[in-house]
Amino acid sequence: MRDFLRRFARNKGALIGAAVLALVVALALLAPFLFPEDPWEITGPPFRRPGEMGFLLGTDTLGRDVAAGIAHGARVTLLLSLVSTAVALSIGVVLGAIAGYHGGWVDDLVMRFTEFFQTIPNFILLVVLVAIFTPSITSIVVAIGIVSWPPLARIVRGEFLTLRSREFVQAAEVLGQGSGRIIFGEILPNALSPVIVSASLMVATAVLLESALSFLGLGDPNLMSWGYMIGASRTVIRQAWWISCFPGIAIALTVLALNLVGEGLSDALNPRLARKRGA
Amino acid sequence: MSDTPLLAIENLAIALPQGAERPLAVDNISLTLARNEILCIVGESGSGKSMTAHAVMGLLPQPHVRATAGRILYQGEDLLAARPDRLRALRGHKLGMIFQEPMTALHPIMRVEAQITEVIQQHAPLGSTALRARVTELLLAVGLPDPDRLRSAWPHRLSGGQRQRVMIAMALALGPDILIADEPTTALDVTTQAQILALIRRIQAERQMGVMLITHDFGVVAEVADRVAVMQHGRIVETGPVAQILSAPQHPYTQSLIAAVPRLLAAPRPPPEDAPVVLQAEQVRKTFRQRSWIPGRGTEVAAVRDVSLALRRGETVGIVGESGSGKSTFARCVVRLLNPDSGAIRLHGTDIVPLGRAALRPHRRRIQMVFQDPYASLNPRRRVGDIIAAGPMAHGTPRAEAERRADELLALVGLDAAAATRYPHEFSGGQRQRIGLARALAMEPDVLVADEPVSALDVSVQAQVLALLAEVRARLNLSMLFITHDLRVAAQVCDRVAVMYRGEIVELRPTAELFARPEHPYVRELLAAVPGQGWLPAIQG
Repeated sequence: MRDFLRRFARNKGALIGAAVLALVVALALLAPFLFPEDPWEITGPPFRRPGEMGFLLGTDTLGRDVAAGIAHGARVTLLLSLVSTAVALSIGVVLGAIAGYHGGWVDDLVMRFTEFFQTIPNFILLVVLVAIFTPSITSIVVAIGIVSWPPLARIVRGEFLTLRSREFVQAAEVLGQGSGRIIFGEILPNALSPVIVSASLMVATAVLLESALSFLGLGDPNLMSWGYMIGASRTVIRQAWWISCFPGIAIALTVLALNLVGEGLSDALNPRLARKRGA
Repeated sequence: MSDTPLLAIENLAIALPQGAERPLAVDNISLTLARNEILCIVGESGSGKSMTAHAVMGLLPQPHVRATAGRILYQGEDLLAARPDRLRALRGHKLGMIFQEPMTALHPIMRVEAQITEVIQQHAPLGSTALRARVTELLLAVGLPDPDRLRSAWPHRLSGGQRQRVMIAMALALGPDILIADEPTTALDVTTQAQILALIRRIQAERQMGVMLITHDFGVVAEVADRVAVMQHGRIVETGPVAQILSAPQHPYTQSLIAAVPRLLAAPRPPPEDAPVVLQAEQVRKTFRQRSWIPGRGTEVAAVRDVSLALRRGETVGIVGESGSGKSTFARCVVRLLNPDSGAIRLHGTDIVPLGRAALRPHRRRIQMVFQDPYASLNPRRRVGDIIAAGPMAHGTPRAEAERRADELLALVGLDAAAATRYPHEFSGGQRQRIGLARALAMEPDVLVADEPVSALDVSVQAQVLALLAEVRARLNLSMLFITHDLRVAAQVCDRVAVMYRGEIVELRPTAELFARPEHPYVRELLAAVPGQGWLPAIQG
């Protein structure tokens, strides 16, 4: 573990990413204290520039505080992307594990099912799902999870296929351990590194997907989110750049930070690759 | 023989990177190699023997590992001080090398002819007709029949022995003075090994080369060496003519190494004929099928063909064969890691072949397995104590009791109780194999299936693990199915030996009888191929 942290810390980009991410998380946690009022509340005159009348990042077309929107949006965005990644993980890991462990026709069946999802463009499927199930936080989380699990399932399956033939797994089989114990106790802990790495990158993708949905007006109407802020203000971008620019920066920074952390995790968990890159 | 040696290594020291197990891989060694002799460098893994060979070829993984002192003189010219282009000119031209793994040492997507001509064109370009003739000559010289067909073959089409012959042809392409062979036969079957050793010997004599052969196997030494250098922990502990080293070793380490070499001589044992049969395999058959989308294009390999075998209580039956003989497949069928296509495997009279996963579970206790690779057979993420206790716990033993039992077993296999809280990577290969044995014994089995349990271990560690297996077997009155490719090991531990060839048992008899009077021609061939036979029995007396 200490070894892992040392390798992670050797990667400067990953450290910066982790710091930025910590800031975003802190902002999300502190939002109710920094901006106690509802972000939908009209708190001042519309179209105030950043800094004017005490509004740090200005106000939007209706006079809502942009800074409050970003802080509360961080909560929504982070929560949505984390939970939807968890959904994707639970589907992807379970299906990948079953396919890779059992092999044969089970593998064929699960993989054809996976390919079925992979052939449909991600975002189109997402829009369709959310539109059918009416936009709400639950439907968005589930829909993002449903469109992002296939790559995970493939990774997990690949790991399981190689690990299954390793002697320690055969030993567990000879000892008479149950399939569940072998899958989760013996194989999965050894297959975790690539799963962790791709999950961290998947969080970044989820942030983007959620923003894109909200931008199109398919977000949960009761929740302030970065994508919604950009979508709502895109018609006035020439008059009031700050309304769409700051949420955009927030999205860019968060996604970048998540990618950097993912990269750092990848290096730290696969030390041989990291050395080749000279990191 | 001329007076100046062909190759002289003087006070060579090779430094390892910081944090390695010792500061110097090779510590102040001096060696000479004369024209027309075979010098064997013998040692266990980590003794620095391969480093020495690589230093001569300038193949050390610099800058982490480099020679820090000494000289390597090739006919008076210091190779360590030579410039890279000079070294490149010497390599291939004057110094040839063959490697351990013929699978990976050849370029996988270059045809045989291209690989050989590349060496020639690099150093002494020839015209196309001359080149073609030269390749034919080389392929014939290394005993490859039908060079015209073989020259256009891809490496993956060749067998291990053929690949090693192609490697030798490449090394010989320009008629080098020195041939360095780094464990050239370790990855090969025993009959192929015998052929390759004979080839090296013949070529060396024909071309009056100096051969430096790195090996861990005293059988190989006895077979080919003129002189021997024994290495331990980066130092040469003893050098001398082969007869002297083998029959009158001076250094205690050499003595212990030679003593640990298993003898190809079976002690006659009282056959436990009245003991009850514990395991009975009847007409076991396993065929591997490769399906294909095109009908009729699938392939079938009959790995095990109608093998029958009975194992009595307290008896050890060895299954000996070369790679691809089906011995491991049979072992995996017996423990039901693979499902046989037909036949019966009776454990205490119950046929376990038709049983499903759940019905099989109570029988799993009775039959356990020890695996070949001590590095792959233990889950790296679990503590040793958990690994040993997992089996009994899966069968309903309470955790506390299973852990107490794990401690007892660690003591039984000669490990400290503190080992239980450590992870597998903290142990050496031999220690891991002990842990694997403890894991199998935790189930209190009647039958132990050991699949090449010592083939990944150094010879001295091998002797210890074999002794432990014998002791445990005697103490617990276990029956053992012992899979091995090494006839010497089989001679040591088995009451009866079954020789497998192409999926069938060709001969199954009491060990001493089988070794003294083999009947099947393949068994005779196999026994004749064991290296160093002339020497081993002599030492025994």
